[in-house]
Amino acid sequence: MGIRLDKPWEPLTAETVDALPAQLGVFHVADPEGTVLTVGYAGALDLFGMRTALQREIDRHGGAATQFRYEFTSNYRSRWDELLMLHIHDHGELPAHQADEAARVGRLSPQD
Amino acid sequence: MDFTLSDEQQMIVDTTRRFVENEIAPLELELDPDAGALAPADFERLVAMTKDMGFYGLDIPEAYGGPGLDTTTRALMAIEMSKHRAGLYNPCYGTFGGAGLAQLYEATDAQKERWLYPTLRGEKKGCFALTEPSGGSDPARAIQTKGMQDGAEWVLNGSKLYISGADKADYALVFARTSDDPGRNGVTAFIVDTDTPGFHVRRVVHTLRATHYATELQFEDMRVPEENILGEVNGGFAIANDRLSRQRIPYAAGCIGPAIKAQEMAIEWAKSRTTFDSLLAEKQAIQWMLVDNEIDIRHARYCILEAAQKADSGERFRTEAAMAKLVASEAAGRVVDRCIQIHGGVGVTKDLPLERWYRELRIRRVGEGPSEVQKLIMARDILGGSFK
Repeated sequence: MGIRLDKPWEPLTAETVDALPAQLGVFHVADPEGTVLTVGYAGALDLFGMRTALQREIDRHGGAATQFRYEFTSNYRSRWDELLMLHIHDHGELPAHQADEAARVGRLSPQD
Repeated sequence: MDFTLSDEQQMIVDTTRRFVENEIAPLELELDPDAGALAPADFERLVAMTKDMGFYGLDIPEAYGGPGLDTTTRALMAIEMSKHRAGLYNPCYGTFGGAGLAQLYEATDAQKERWLYPTLRGEKKGCFALTEPSGGSDPARAIQTKGMQDGAEWVLNGSKLYISGADKADYALVFARTSDDPGRNGVTAFIVDTDTPGFHVRRVVHTLRATHYATELQFEDMRVPEENILGEVNGGFAIANDRLSRQRIPYAAGCIGPAIKAQEMAIEWAKSRTTFDSLLAEKQAIQWMLVDNEIDIRHARYCILEAAQKADSGERFRTEAAMAKLVASEAAGRVVDRCIQIHGGVGVTKDLPLERWYRELRIRRVGEGPSEVQKLIMARDILGGSFK
């Protein structure tokens, strides 16, 4: 089983986000070139789960964020940490607004 | 046995209980239900408090600057420290400090300088890499990671599974087979810096426990200098086994805190929730669940304290520790299960800590030796050494 979040990108709009189930999970938000702007999770404190978390990303990035991909999981905390570590492995650093998380998470060297 | 607490023990229990109720529980109201850490500022503030209380580094031996608690007092504290949402696997979010890997107290002076003392100062973290994909209940025979000597170095190849903290560790205690002996006499313990070429953390292993996850490791032609061997060549399993025995009492005690807290919540709920024109507390079905909970909790507590007192008095306590681990992990699971049933729908939501305890307690029946292995240990002691 692969450990990367590599599902197809979907357009990040209020309509697509509203159509999602209010479930827990993890996601990537990216710009039109596919550069990941946020490695995020929808947790139990997000009132409508994935919908609430992604709406927050729309508010954070405005028009810069145009697409997202996601995965529903109740293990959103450990899966989020795994995705953060994978991002550091692949890109050397986290998106700027998440830089503080780098001190908290560990490191992975996945078999590609 | 006399389970009456001394004045000092009662004071320590009360202080720890107040710390959890006044400092930890309020912070959890704002945290994600599966959170595994406090905000850094809160963590630092609470560490300063536990240091002021003289409780920081609970498990550090007195000779190394620890508070020198006996096993009974430590078990009583473990019960109190686990009475919150994250308490089972992260009691008080680590604000009472750690002791590092207990095996390092048996290390050489040079090894202590390099790994133990920096760990006690909070500068380094270690992890314990014993279990392999080939099995964890019988590690002495399951270990397939191979160590081959090459001059003054050893070359390790193999993999490890369910290793907690490896992704954040600065070093790992790695057990490898270093002779043709297929059992416990062919295993050596190596202290390996995690930046050693060939040391790989391949993936996070997702389990019922959403924080403090485990990892899978792979070693590829990992070269370890011979001065990194802990203890004797082929004498590593005794080092691993010693940890497994010592851990069982506080591990058992940590199961009971959430069970006690769940029972308190269920009693409060039963006395306030009305169905079919009467309180839940007035219904025999609920009363009997609460009574069964009380029996489970008290039984487990007695087993834990008996094991702890035997350990403190220098008596053999292997059977008692195994019994405490088995009874506490199974009893706590039953208690939380009943408390969810009493709460009904809200019991399975993330609004309450019950669902997290329910998931995480299931692991406790497997971790640190499953119930069946505890029975095996007790059977060996009851029947005598010839029955193996």
